[in-house]
Amino acid sequence: MDNPYLPYPVRIEEITIETEDRNIKSFRVVFLNPEDEERFSYRPGQFAELSVAGTGECPIGIASSPTESGYLLFTVNKAGLVTSQLHNMQEGDVMGVRGPLGNYYPLDEMEGKNVVLIGGGFAFTTLRSTLVYMLAPENRDRFEEISVVYGARDEGMLLYKSELAAWLLRSDIQLHITVDCSDDPFCQYHIGFVPGITEQKITSAENSVAIICGPPIMIKFTQPILEKVGFLPEDIIMSLENRMKCGIGMCGRCNVGADYVCKEGPILTLAKLNTLPKEY
Amino acid sequence: MIANTKRIRETAKRLLREDIVDAVLGFKQGTVPMMCQPVLVTRPEDVDVLHWDSFCGVNLANYLSKRKDRIAVVAKGCDARNIVVHTLENQIKRDQLFIMGVPCKGMVDPRKVRLALKEREPLEVTEDGDKIVVKGEGFETSLNKADLLQDNCAICIHRNPVIYDELMGEPVPEQEGIDRYADERKLEAMSADERSRHFQDLVATCIRCYACRDACPLCYCPTCFVDESRPQWLGKSIDPTDTLTFHLLRAFHCAGRCTDCGACERACPMDIKVRQFTKKLEKDVLELYDYEAGMTEETRPPLDVYQPDDPGDFIE
Amino acid sequence: MHMLKIEKKDFSDFLNRLKDSYRLYGPVRKDDIVDFVPIEGVSDIDLSFQNSRLSPKSLFLPQSERMFEYGLDCAGDDAHILKEASKDYSPRAVIGIRPCDAKALELVDANFDTPEFRDPWWVKARETTTLVGLGCTSPCSTCFCTTVGGGPFDDAGLDVLLTEINDAFLARVLTAKGEKLIKDANTFEPAEEELVQKATAIEQEAGGKIVSKVDTSRLAEIDTLALHGADFWEDVQFACINCGICTYLCPTCWCFDIQDETHGRVGCRMRNWDSCMFPLFTLHASGHNPRGQKIQRVRQRFMHKLKYYVDTYKMGVACVGCGRCVQHCPVNIDIRQVCRLMNEYRTEVS
Repeated sequence: MDNPYLPYPVRIEEITIETEDRNIKSFRVVFLNPEDEERFSYRPGQFAELSVAGTGECPIGIASSPTESGYLLFTVNKAGLVTSQLHNMQEGDVMGVRGPLGNYYPLDEMEGKNVVLIGGGFAFTTLRSTLVYMLAPENRDRFEEISVVYGARDEGMLLYKSELAAWLLRSDIQLHITVDCSDDPFCQYHIGFVPGITEQKITSAENSVAIICGPPIMIKFTQPILEKVGFLPEDIIMSLENRMKCGIGMCGRCNVGADYVCKEGPILTLAKLNTLPKEY
Repeated sequence: MIANTKRIRETAKRLLREDIVDAVLGFKQGTVPMMCQPVLVTRPEDVDVLHWDSFCGVNLANYLSKRKDRIAVVAKGCDARNIVVHTLENQIKRDQLFIMGVPCKGMVDPRKVRLALKEREPLEVTEDGDKIVVKGEGFETSLNKADLLQDNCAICIHRNPVIYDELMGEPVPEQEGIDRYADERKLEAMSADERSRHFQDLVATCIRCYACRDACPLCYCPTCFVDESRPQWLGKSIDPTDTLTFHLLRAFHCAGRCTDCGACERACPMDIKVRQFTKKLEKDVLELYDYEAGMTEETRPPLDVYQPDDPGDFIE
Repeated sequence: MHMLKIEKKDFSDFLNRLKDSYRLYGPVRKDDIVDFVPIEGVSDIDLSFQNSRLSPKSLFLPQSERMFEYGLDCAGDDAHILKEASKDYSPRAVIGIRPCDAKALELVDANFDTPEFRDPWWVKARETTTLVGLGCTSPCSTCFCTTVGGGPFDDAGLDVLLTEINDAFLARVLTAKGEKLIKDANTFEPAEEELVQKATAIEQEAGGKIVSKVDTSRLAEIDTLALHGADFWEDVQFACINCGICTYLCPTCWCFDIQDETHGRVGCRMRNWDSCMFPLFTLHASGHNPRGQKIQRVRQRFMHKLKYYVDTYKMGVACVGCGRCVQHCPVNIDIRQVCRLMNEYRTEVS
């Protein structure tokens, strides 16, 4: 019998410090056993439990896209016991990855539509996965216009800076990057909060689906803007977080109402979320 | 008991009607024999739900921590002492409270009743003076209350509340000539190995439900030491060392503050006599510092303050 | 299903023979408490109990269970790589489990054995264990199994069901596993019709002895959000002290925590029972706690047992009426009362 609690062993190949305050690092990991990579077939939006023997596990969204083969990318904020231990690890260290877990962004149902991605802070990770997937040559034509609003506290806190720079140069994506504030007089980004920039740049809900991923405060103020523009609750897609342990819907702790965030989520439409008790 | 109930209801009604308090914290009759449920009454028309009998063993001071409202609380001797400890420890202000003191002749231990019934299930349990009357399928029996008291009540010498705003009954005579530490002396007489084995056996069936901790008014820490993760002080499994560590450490955290209300032992679903930990420390504090918890608002607990003449010969 | 019988005087013989091919578990009394433990000497088994203090769920979901082992010494090839801890899944027989607890195991199967994932330890423990149940001739006054889909002689989840009749037991063999156990023991005889009739009478009488009842008829149809926002939770939650007694004693509670414990350079990943009643249960690393208030936690437990489980699995409530929480809650929070409040809840009709 497959053991769903057993992680695949992986090696950390590269660690990138993403943010100026050094609290967010990206880990590129490769599977020790090539057949494990085949079994780890995932889709944008899913997460994995990163396992550090002796410390525990933490659920982290997969930042790499399935179109990027040979490795997985995780961007981890240093917050608690396991993430702190991860941040202490070196390139070459062995750890474990369990997954892919959870459901995924319904990209198949978004074919032929305009896609709006809105991300804040370090919640942009699964949106990176989605964006890389959609921009891949074999996928780009399946979607219409792609608009992205991505905001962070300041330039130092933006993730994936080199990729952002490359995407800004592309014509097949409308990328709007904003920072809450900046003391750089030559700042090339918008200055303002995500809700405000969203209001400016996202002016139509025609044939569109929006994916929104970020801290609760950002969602709280961005959601009404999308609704004002005309997005229906079924077309606003969100990614939830919760304290998790098993990640497979068995330990009973990550539920919101009758749904487990690790199994019936983390991807939920606003329509679905509105039917659940507000305990998240 | 009936007189107490009547007085409690009348007082509660008056306090609520005259807006002297926002709520009354008392007991209502339980849904199973020999149990009472803590209840918060906020409307004068609801006071008839309040009840008092010899099964009100829960310590209501447990519900007072960090409350912001004006609250009346029904308090036995031990509960009242815990209220004193709460005020000393800034968990609640004295002027928020209206203490309805109940002079107490001891709470009955439901376990002792069941043992006396020898497997027959009690369906209805009532009190008649100093008797406990039990009715079950095909039987009715009358037992002596004095034989069935909780262990801590049997040796209690502070049955009258030391602090109150109104008494809900006549003061009761305090017990005299009680040997409060017979069990502890037995423990002290054991060799270190015997004692170690004794305590390990004592908590062998502990399921770490933390009911003892959660029933205790003293355990109000926002994050208990067992729940800390950075650093993690003890494991969360039922490893015997971790389990014993929990009980020992909790007892030490209660040293000099514990009033021996027995709520911990009463709550334990595995019938573990957890008072053996706290009682020994209570004896030590009495002997070393001549101090009993919660007797007066004038002195702070000895482990709270430093006096130059504190006993120090146990520190080498 | 065929009916067999065994005289009580031959029961020890039956158990001893079982021991040849099964690891035996049964109820053993220590002071006032009966619990299901491994049986060394068959005379330890005490069947004169109403129910065990802890439910036998610990035989399938131990309170602390090793999952994996690891070494942290970088010298080895396997450093930091988890390996499954070895377990003994040789055949087991549990004697004397009550119908409510056996039904509970089936309710918990829905959680651990799903189309997407199967918990290997729970599933293997269930597969290799044969349950010989003992029906309840004298249910407790706090038992309410009949109104939550069970009964004192209900056979759900059991492989063999025993009915006690004076000096004998009637045995109903219910499954292939049960057949095998009876064959292995080879100590039963066919039961005569008269005995079967006596047993039926006892069983019916037992059903009538259940005095405690709940009504769950409306739970499925009431709107979740309405129930969640009901005004009665404030009163229900007041007395709760957020200990873990109800969850730990409950045969249908299954929540667990996963912890790594290291000693020196080796360690194990284990799982331990956890409780939705504990404040830590849903605490995020950021400090955010979706159920940081007691009322949220108390409400969650009852909503899960009596509403979410109903909606998700369509197998009725996640409660078998064993009455343990009712008997042992230190502040007398009574699930039967809460069930009534929930079942009778109606939003204002404007």
